[in-house]
Amino acid sequence: MAKLSKDEKIIQIVGVSKVFDETVAVDNIDLYVRKGEFITFLGPSGCGKTTTLRMIAGFDIPTSGKILLNGKDITNLPPNKRPVNTVFQRYALFPHYNIYDNIAFGLKLKKIPVTYVNDKGETYTKMQKLTRKEIDEKVKNALSVVDLEGFEKRSVSTLSGGQQQRVAIARAIVNEPEILLLDEPLGALDLKMRKEMQIELKEMHRKLGITFIYVTHDQEEALTMSDTIVVMKDGKIQQIGTPTSIYNEPANAFVADFIGDSNIFNGTMVAPRTVRFCNKNFDCLDDFEKNEKVDVVVRPEDIRMTYPEDGMLKGKVISVVFKGVHYEITVKVRKTEVIVQSTESREMGDTIGLVIQPDGIHIMKKEFTINKYDGYITKKNTVVFGDGEFECDVTKLYPGSHLDEEGYLITANGEQIDLTDVDVNVEVEFKDIEISDNAEEGGTQGHIVSIIYKGDHYQVIVRTEENEEDFVLDTEDLWNENDFVGVKIAPENIRLTLKQENNK
Amino acid sequence: MTAFRFSRKQLCIPYALFLILFVVIPMLLILFYAFTGEGANGNLTFTFGNFINFFTSTAKLSTLLMSFTIAIISTALCLVIAYPLAYILARSHWKKKYVLLMLFIMPMWINFVLRITALRELLDLVGLLGKENYLNTIIGMVYDFLPFMILPLYTTLEKIDNSYLEAASDLGGNKLTVFTKVTFPLSMPGVISGITMVFMPSMTNYVVSDTLSNFNITILGKLIDEYFTTFNNWNMGSMISIILLVIIFVTMLLTGGFKDNKNEARGANLW
Repeated sequence: MAKLSKDEKIIQIVGVSKVFDETVAVDNIDLYVRKGEFITFLGPSGCGKTTTLRMIAGFDIPTSGKILLNGKDITNLPPNKRPVNTVFQRYALFPHYNIYDNIAFGLKLKKIPVTYVNDKGETYTKMQKLTRKEIDEKVKNALSVVDLEGFEKRSVSTLSGGQQQRVAIARAIVNEPEILLLDEPLGALDLKMRKEMQIELKEMHRKLGITFIYVTHDQEEALTMSDTIVVMKDGKIQQIGTPTSIYNEPANAFVADFIGDSNIFNGTMVAPRTVRFCNKNFDCLDDFEKNEKVDVVVRPEDIRMTYPEDGMLKGKVISVVFKGVHYEITVKVRKTEVIVQSTESREMGDTIGLVIQPDGIHIMKKEFTINKYDGYITKKNTVVFGDGEFECDVTKLYPGSHLDEEGYLITANGEQIDLTDVDVNVEVEFKDIEISDNAEEGGTQGHIVSIIYKGDHYQVIVRTEENEEDFVLDTEDLWNENDFVGVKIAPENIRLTLKQENNK
Repeated sequence: MTAFRFSRKQLCIPYALFLILFVVIPMLLILFYAFTGEGANGNLTFTFGNFINFFTSTAKLSTLLMSFTIAIISTALCLVIAYPLAYILARSHWKKKYVLLMLFIMPMWINFVLRITALRELLDLVGLLGKENYLNTIIGMVYDFLPFMILPLYTTLEKIDNSYLEAASDLGGNKLTVFTKVTFPLSMPGVISGITMVFMPSMTNYVVSDTLSNFNITILGKLIDEYFTTFNNWNMGSMISIILLVIIFVTMLLTGGFKDNKNEARGANLW
């Protein structure tokens, strides 16, 4: 591993935002990069990772904020004035030059100080271009670093994707930059090639000893190669840490979900170091305020299978997939699916017990501003969530759509969509939920489990019986704990969005 | 009995007929006329006479030279005017740039004779008509063929992937270096097709030269017309046509228009 001098910050990003046509790509981020480290910006597409890289390269200028290189402000410096070189996503090798000229492009433009001694013995320095021989030498070296000796005269179009990738790396490192920026450099390669290049890049980083800033959406790539990972989402940094700390101590549910496989449950703190999820209480190591709703993350490899009577949870095996080293077993516990990874297999339909140790339970603060549920649309265009069924406005799922007489949704461009059984995310604000003494009124019913006085109103949590779904609401009326109430939500206050495939 | 079915072969027939009727046979006819003439006894004989005549006649050679000069100057001016415009339009993120591009292209859709006549009136107004015959002809050619230069340049420049330019500046190139070492070389296909699109008609379009020089400037196209219509000498007219064809062919070879360009990244090539 390259030597990390702990204090030397080569890049500092201070309060940087980037706005494109009113879209915020990067939202007020603060970050530093240590000299010599391999740092990876990781996140789904559109998270701002590439924009951040481009601002370091100088292709994009921040809308606000500062970027410092070795303590010097480079925010508005053009790319050619920065000691930084980039390996582009699609290589960007010049098609009108051969391999030699591509790699020598930067060298031919470079001027270096050369010191002379004149007749009187005085020394003086002159900025001078590299000689043809020096350039030849450097190009040859760069080609040998990327294992492409003898490719000088080849044209770009005769090279395979992997070879072009290597030339792109050679073209960047030949300039001996202080920082090498890599923008999803392995994205276009096949899996085997990608694995090989990952190892080679890591090796190159070790040999060259320069700072690598790497952008990828591939969490495995990030975990394999990086010294530091910066997880980003929606232009904001979610977490910065070493691969181990990010995997073991994800800062929030998004990071947990994005890095590796994980089960994420809705939980509630019921006592000190005790969290309730899947209708059971579990001991845990993290402590939060009592009654706080939390995200509970459990890695599939941290769940042990046992006999039904010995388990903390009991469920039925609904799928078994062999993954090479382990089996991935999906267990249905009441209505929740729990994913378990184990070297042992189980039969489909087996009833088994599950054990989770306290150190396998990671508790995260919920960004707790709104009620969120998983739901689905019924034939009658109502939505089922939180153990109940509610009237809703399904046309909000598609802007400009309307319903025809038969209840099919017609989109703005005239497409007919059958919404039956479509999975949706449901969001309801605290203030939009009403409770009623008449339990039969409203879409679902439950007991009041918590009443917290918040100065000018009460925050009430209603918990349903069947799946212990919680409804958090703000009300000015005083209720009693354990009251059995009906939950009412006006159709226009039920916010629906389509569930999107999680692109990992 | 099998039903009659269209195959790709049958679809080719109309095109083959078209090629034979309107390209191959006329070409053969021109060749035939160019190398024949009336012999001593009034019979049709094979001869190189027309060919020799062309290259020994000072008048004809000076017409050729004149055509060349006018075409070269017009093409160069078109390139100098069109390149910055195409570059700015192609590189700008301005949403309404297509409107501007349209405005530059639109004259192409207005009747050519009308445009030239209008230009003649304008030149008359500023007092150039009848005085500056060369200048007027060149102004006419440039005015007329500029869209043909803008369009290929714009398409090529617009297709150049921005990452090439970013890579060049990333590797230390300043704006000028990026342009001379990357943008311009990558736009060469557009430059070449623009040149061919403007150069060839500039050598032959005698409506422009006649109208704007009051028939004082004769270019090759005019000469051909005269041999066919005024002198009724189809043999010499055909020979000049053949010579023009060869000249164009050679120019294209020289500018690389025939080069097998497999590199799609180099962008649009109209030829």
